[in-house]
Amino acid sequence: MAGHGSDFVAGGPPESGPVVALQGVGMRYGRAPEVLRDIDLTLSQGSFHFLTGASGAGKSSLLKLLYLAHEPSRGLVRLFGRDVSTLSRKETPAVRRRIGVVFQEYRLLSHLTVFDNAALPLRVAGRTFDGYRQDVKELLEWVGLGKKLSAMPATLSGGEQQRLAVARAVVGRPDLLLVDEPTGNVDHEMGRRILRLLTELNRMGATVLVATHDMPLVGETTFPALTLKGGKLSAAPSLAGARVPA
Amino acid sequence: MAEDEAMARPGPLLPKQGRQDRTLGLVIAVLCCLACLSAMAALAADRAASTWVSALGASATVQVRPKGDQTPSEAADKAAEALAGVKGVSEARALDRQAAEKLLEPWFGAGGVPDDFPLPRLVTVDLDPKTPPTAAALTQALAQAGLDATLDDHGRWMADVRRAGGMARAIAVGAVALFGLAAAAVIVFATRATLEARRDVVEVLHITGAEDAFLSSLIQRRFARVAAEAGAVGAGAAALLAAAYKLSSGADGFAPVLPLSWIDLLVVLAAPVLAALIAAIAVQRTAMSILRREAQS
Repeated sequence: MAGHGSDFVAGGPPESGPVVALQGVGMRYGRAPEVLRDIDLTLSQGSFHFLTGASGAGKSSLLKLLYLAHEPSRGLVRLFGRDVSTLSRKETPAVRRRIGVVFQEYRLLSHLTVFDNAALPLRVAGRTFDGYRQDVKELLEWVGLGKKLSAMPATLSGGEQQRLAVARAVVGRPDLLLVDEPTGNVDHEMGRRILRLLTELNRMGATVLVATHDMPLVGETTFPALTLKGGKLSAAPSLAGARVPA
Repeated sequence: MAEDEAMARPGPLLPKQGRQDRTLGLVIAVLCCLACLSAMAALAADRAASTWVSALGASATVQVRPKGDQTPSEAADKAAEALAGVKGVSEARALDRQAAEKLLEPWFGAGGVPDDFPLPRLVTVDLDPKTPPTAAALTQALAQAGLDATLDDHGRWMADVRRAGGMARAIAVGAVALFGLAAAAVIVFATRATLEARRDVVEVLHITGAEDAFLSSLIQRRFARVAAEAGAVGAGAAALLAAAYKLSSGADGFAPVLPLSWIDLLVVLAAPVLAALIAAIAVQRTAMSILRREAQS
């Protein structure tokens, strides 16, 4: 990972304020009742939080709000100090490039190789192939996929797909990393390895929010956990967040 | 080795849709072929009209009726003499009775004109194409010679030919435009289908920070390439058909209705470029419209 120096395109200068600030946020799909209600949440830069709750509690919905895949039905969402409701269509991609997302179902592009999947955010950001080739190779070696650069996602195991999804999420050095159920499809040992990967990224400066219902995994760390229940955050979030002990 | 291949060059961000691209290419190739044939037909119609107008404008016909004791031949000879002296007339010839009877053969049959039938006598006048005389000058020369004659300067025919030529050209140009519109419509449909079929890919690209213009350009490049290649195939087919028509239309390569020239075949060179351009514009407008609409929904 050392090779992924300061030349990544995504990731702007850190702001002094919180990376994420939600005030009185609600969210609904179509005309259905709100799946999120009165959400107040602040994540400071470099923090690491778990987001827990039963299936259907709204964890994925909250993440969708944060990676700008859905608009709130009410309330204020600020990312990197910017009210997202004021973002124009042209400004949104620049904000999204500062966010890395690991989807629960990975959402790897099945027609692209492991290498091309991992390089996706850099291509989208306009980096040249020669410019990112070595960086992506080193990152994939770091996540243990160095021997599978040409493999197609369908040929990978669940754990490998998970690691590839993580690699794609972090390759652009995002300021905010959102991870949805990272251990949902892998065994406990793989879950721990993925968690170590995430804590390493947090140590490097990324703000991390991990949605999970894997409470034993949460219990193995000292990171604060936010709990969603019935669409509401039932535990007060830590304003300062927590850093991984050195 | 396989790892080296992965790092040799990036794969296409949009998955290949070979079947769809081939079908689209076939349709565009056919449309381009028809558009090229229409364009060549327009050029040939224009040339035919110009040739006919120029031939009609280079001559006039005078119908002479004998007066008093004059025989028809005397009247015709006198008219030819009077017209030959007009500035801008290259030659004036009185047609004899046999020539006049030949003109009536379609109606009377060979030798079918009765001997005592009062045939009008004609004088054909060849005009200098650079300085042709006016109809008034010719009429005045006939009047001064004391002849009962009627001048036909072919003006009505020239107007008809010009109108027909213009109509043929307009139809051909309209056909080219319609083929272009049809190609654009097909590409719009293919763009919609691509965005619909690869919604998953588009969504991931959006979330990773892709701009609408970036996504649009992915489809634009692909369909512009398909259109250019198909345009080249269609243009090649049109050129072959036109060459076959020209070679089979007579030893001198002249077909009276559509006098195609070899240089007309060069028009096909524009087809691939125009096809790619139409595709690029159609994709850009469609994709941006769809992506904006989806963002608002």
